[in-house]
Parts: sequence; C-alpha cells; structure tokens
Amino acid sequence: MSRTDVGTGVDERPQAPKAAARPSRPRPPLSREVVETRILGVLKWITIACFVIATLFPFYYMVMLSVRTIEDLALDPGALWPPSGISFAAFGEVLRSVEDGGQGFVTFLRNSAVISVISVLVTLVVSILGAYAIARLEFFGRRQVHFLFLAVYLFPAILLAIPLFVFFTRIGLRGSLFGLILVYTSQIVPVTIHMLRNYFQTIPEGLEEAAALDGASRLTIIRKVSLPLAMPAIMATSLFVFMIAWNEFLFALLFLVENRENWTVSLGLSQLAGSIEVSKTTLMAGSVILTIPIIVLFFLTERLLVEGLTAGAEKG
Amino acid sequence: MREGPVVGAEERPGDPTEGGAAAKGGKPRRRGPTLAQQEARAGLALLSPTLIVVLAMVVLPILWTIIIAFQSLRLRNLRTRLFDFSFTLDNFGTVLTSPGFLEALKVTLIYSIVGTTLSIGLGLVAALVVRKPFKGRTLVRASMLLPYVAPVVAVTFVWQIMLDPELGIVNAIGTDLLGWESPIPFLTQERGTITIFGFDLGVPTALIVVILYQAWRYFPFSFLFILARLQALPGELDEAARVDGATPLQRFWRITLPQLQGVIALLTVLRFIWTFNEFDDIYLLTQGGAGTEVISVRVFRYLTGRGDIGAAAALSLVLASLLAVLLYLYFKFFVGRVDEADAI
Repeated sequence: MSRTDVGTGVDERPQAPKAAARPSRPRPPLSREVVETRILGVLKWITIACFVIATLFPFYYMVMLSVRTIEDLALDPGALWPPSGISFAAFGEVLRSVEDGGQGFVTFLRNSAVISVISVLVTLVVSILGAYAIARLEFFGRRQVHFLFLAVYLFPAILLAIPLFVFFTRIGLRGSLFGLILVYTSQIVPVTIHMLRNYFQTIPEGLEEAAALDGASRLTIIRKVSLPLAMPAIMATSLFVFMIAWNEFLFALLFLVENRENWTVSLGLSQLAGSIEVSKTTLMAGSVILTIPIIVLFFLTERLLVEGLTAGAEKG
Repeated sequence: MREGPVVGAEERPGDPTEGGAAAKGGKPRRRGPTLAQQEARAGLALLSPTLIVVLAMVVLPILWTIIIAFQSLRLRNLRTRLFDFSFTLDNFGTVLTSPGFLEALKVTLIYSIVGTTLSIGLGLVAALVVRKPFKGRTLVRASMLLPYVAPVVAVTFVWQIMLDPELGIVNAIGTDLLGWESPIPFLTQERGTITIFGFDLGVPTALIVVILYQAWRYFPFSFLFILARLQALPGELDEAARVDGATPLQRFWRITLPQLQGVIALLTVLRFIWTFNEFDDIYLLTQGGAGTEVISVRVFRYLTGRGDIGAAAALSLVLASLLAVLLYLYFKFFVGRVDEADAI
C-alpha cells in the first residue's frame, strides 16, 4: 500500500499504516519531503550494503585464506576466491597433536570447552541465587550491593590481573584451569546478576506467593517456579558467559602461557602467530577453528541473546 | 519499558500477603525472627556466594593493587618482599617520569575519545538504517553483530593479514588498482604522509588503523542498544511532526535524536570506560608498537617484560584514577544538560 503511494518502490519510510488510513493527502510534486525521502531511501540501502560487506568480509576472507595454500596466496594476494582448488591441509596441521608434527589444537579446544562450560555452570548457580535475592528479597544494602558490583567495571582488567597474577603465582595455581575459571566467574557474575535480576523482576510475584502458600520453601520456589519462568534469560546469560570465557585472552595469557598443556584456543592461536615457521594460512585455519563454535552458537540463538542483553535498555 | 512495571512490583514486597498466609496456615509462632528478618537473612544467604566470589577475586585484589603500588615488588623478589610493608613512592616516580609515559597518555586519550565517538556514531547509523522491517533484516542485523561476538584473537589476526604489506588484500588492491606506489605497512608504520591537494600531511598510520579497528569491532554494541531504544520509541511524535510537514531529516534531528540522548549518554560512558581500559585489541594488533602504546599495554610490559610488579600496579592505579577524574568531569559538565531521570 505504502509503496504505490510513494512511488519509489525502494523506500519504506514515510507511510506508517496509520497515515495510510487517513484521508488521502495530495502528493506534492518534488517537495523537500519527497526529495529527502528518495535520497535517504537510496542512501539507506547503500549504507546497509556497506555495513554488511564491512562486517562479513573479514570473516569470508578468513575462511578463504584457510583453504588456500601459502604459495597460492603469495602469488595472488588480491584474489577474492581460492583460484586453484581448495586445500584443507592447514586444518590438518593445526589440529594434529604436537607429536604428529601439528599444533595440538584439539587439546586447546578441549581446554577452552572445559573452561567455558564450567564457567557457565558456576556463574549460573552463583548469579541465579544472587539475582533472585536482589530482585525479590528485602534486605539491608540490597540496592547498594547492586551498584557496587557494577562499579567493579570501572577498573581496568589489567589492574585486577596484577594482584591475581601475584596471588596465583604465590600459591602455585597459576597455570591451572581452575584458577582461570575462578577469575572468569568472579568477573562475569556482576553482569549476569544484572541481566538475571532484570528478568526476575518481570515475573509476577503472585506465582511465587501461591507456591509459598502451598508451603514450598524458598529454594523449592526458586527451583520449581522462578527458574522455569526465567529460562529465556538463563539461556541468554549462559551464552553470554560462554562467549566471554571462550574469547577471553588477557588472563589466559598471563596465567597459562608457561603451561602449554593447558592453553586455550585463543592463547594457542596467539602463540602460534609468534613463530616464524607457521604460515599465515595456517593461522587463518586456527582462527576459523576458534571462531566457528562462537558463530554457530550465535546464529542459533541470536534472538535470545540480543533480547537478554538489551533487556531493560528500551527505557534508555 | 520493561523496568516500568518492574519498579512498581519491587516496591511492594509480598509482606502483607505472606504474613497473613503464614498466620492463617501455620501454628501461631510468637518467638523467632519476624518475616522481615527471615527475608533479610534469606537474602544475604542467597547473595553470599556472589559476595564471597566478588570480594575475594575482585574487591580484595583492587585493594591489594594499592598496597603493591607502594611496595618495591618484583617478580624475582616475590618470595621475600611480598609482605615487606616498607612503603615507598618510588614506583610512581618511575612510572610517571619514564620516557614515553606522556606519549602513552596522549595515545590513550586520542584512542578512547575518537574510538568511542566513531563506534557510537556507526552504531547510530546502523540502527537507523535497519530500524524499519525489510526482507532479510534479521540476517543483516546478525551480521552486524559478528565483529563484536567473534573471538578477539581471530579478528585481530584477520585484520593483520588483510593489512599485511606483502600478502594482504588491502595492499594488493591498493597497489594494483588504486595506484599506490608501494604497499603501506599499516600496522608497523608510525607516521605516514598523505597528499591532499598538493599538501603533504603527516598521519599516525598505525594509530588510525587501530582506532578504525576499534570502531569496527565495537559499533555493534552501540547498534544493539540504540536499536532497542529506537524500536521502543512511541510513534506519535514522529507522526505528528510529519503531519505538520517536517521532512525526514528534520524529524531525525528534532524528534528522534533528542529521544536517543539518554541511551547515547549511557553508551558514551560505557564505551569510554572500556576503550580507555582496552588492552587485548591493541596488544594483539600491534603489541603497542608504532605509536599505539596505550597505558594498559605499558602496564602489561612492566608486569611481564620487566617483572616490575610494583611499577605495573602504580601505573594501573594512575590509569584508574585518570578514568575516575574524566568520568567525574563528564558527569559534572555534560550530563547536567541531559534530563537526569532519563540518563540511566
């Protein structure tokens, strides 16, 4: 309806359904409105195209280089697609264990998975309890605690890294996955509490009260009533934590670098870049391996994640 | 929108109903804690794991950093000096007078101010163009979020290779198609010259690239929040302005943008804090070389390169205090103009 009205066919801006319902307005020929609408209509699509290319191209380039050979790349660095056949040799090299002459990324993948999954679980348990308390229960210092947590984010990660580095060095936990999980959990919990609290507050209290009337204890109420209702937020939070833990670099570098057995994929890849005999295409294969789990997870759950992250942001 | 009804619900805790229920249901218990006390106890109990984790791994370390900053602590004397509390100001002296400190400070400020502005600006533009539904919008939106969700190590490496003087596609296109005389080492060149209308302009190449990278990687964050706000805006104002004959651009400047002020102010604070403290991206792209050494990379150098833990702690405190001062100034002079209630 709106399209025929404007006549450009490109633009969708001006006519909201409401306007269309109004008695027909005479169309002014080439008024400022029409000119601006048309120009903006075209600019909009150009802008969208630019954004999509700018955001997608690096990822396409990453995948493309990972299936090219280095000789091929050196011959024609400007090529936009793999010219002569596809080679998965780089992936083999990256994934094979060190004994077999590879880079041992399978071990790194396992480490990253262990760290991320356990971080998710621990963070969830801690922050569900905390968020529920802040959202529902009246106690001294409830609001202050919430802001205190967020204030933590004023401090640079590198500042926190120093004492933790000293501490873990001293007690001998540096280099262990356990220490890293503790660090991740503690740094993410303030944010996840914030996310979950926002969600808990949208659940009507009547349901919990009804359960309380039936004699359910507080923990039972959380487990049987609040948790199932908060599932979308919990899923979003888990994904968020998983991504942060999977992608994290600074603490992994500081804590694990001397212990190759425990390297994460991020750390392994960054260390790979340092050595001269590793070719750029191998590096890209490693990058693809590092990125794929995140991208798959992201596309599967994009909607959920976006809603979870911006819950409450509509208000500004 | 979501918080509206929520705040109301929060102000009315279930006390009266619950109290009545307990009195009706159970035996009349005179002794023991009141319901309010019970609730307070339950609250603290549920919160205690969080408190313990955050206190032990975040708050105490921050306090400890302050102590370390005044100790002459190094990696090699960690065993003997850790509990040596003869405080000294030497670390601050070392850090503040060391060559390159002022330069790093300048780079940090430029990087955070320009980077924050660019990433929010791009986020705003992106949110505006995908505001109305169209076919494939979900995919476009998802692809715009990719730079932000992808692992930092992977994306910095792609950028490195794209910008590589020998193997990179940018230089290949530049020399083959755009007629550059020689490839540009984007990430290792501190100063380049570009000629505009016959004038040679010196430009900090690597710093510009790092800032562009930062805008590329973090605009999705602003995009997400501005888009959420845009879609919650009531349509009536815009509609009324249209009826009164306001053109699309006028409506944007006079109607839409003012309503986004709150979310943009919030994003400015958040993005500035994070950019100011940024470490990963710059370290991975340039290792802080070629005029891109920000303060946090310097802290890392003190910590691992020289093993000077005291100096690292002192410099990180300098970084945090600077940020606090800047935020204070921001809230004092800028936020006053935005409606306070609307800001956060």
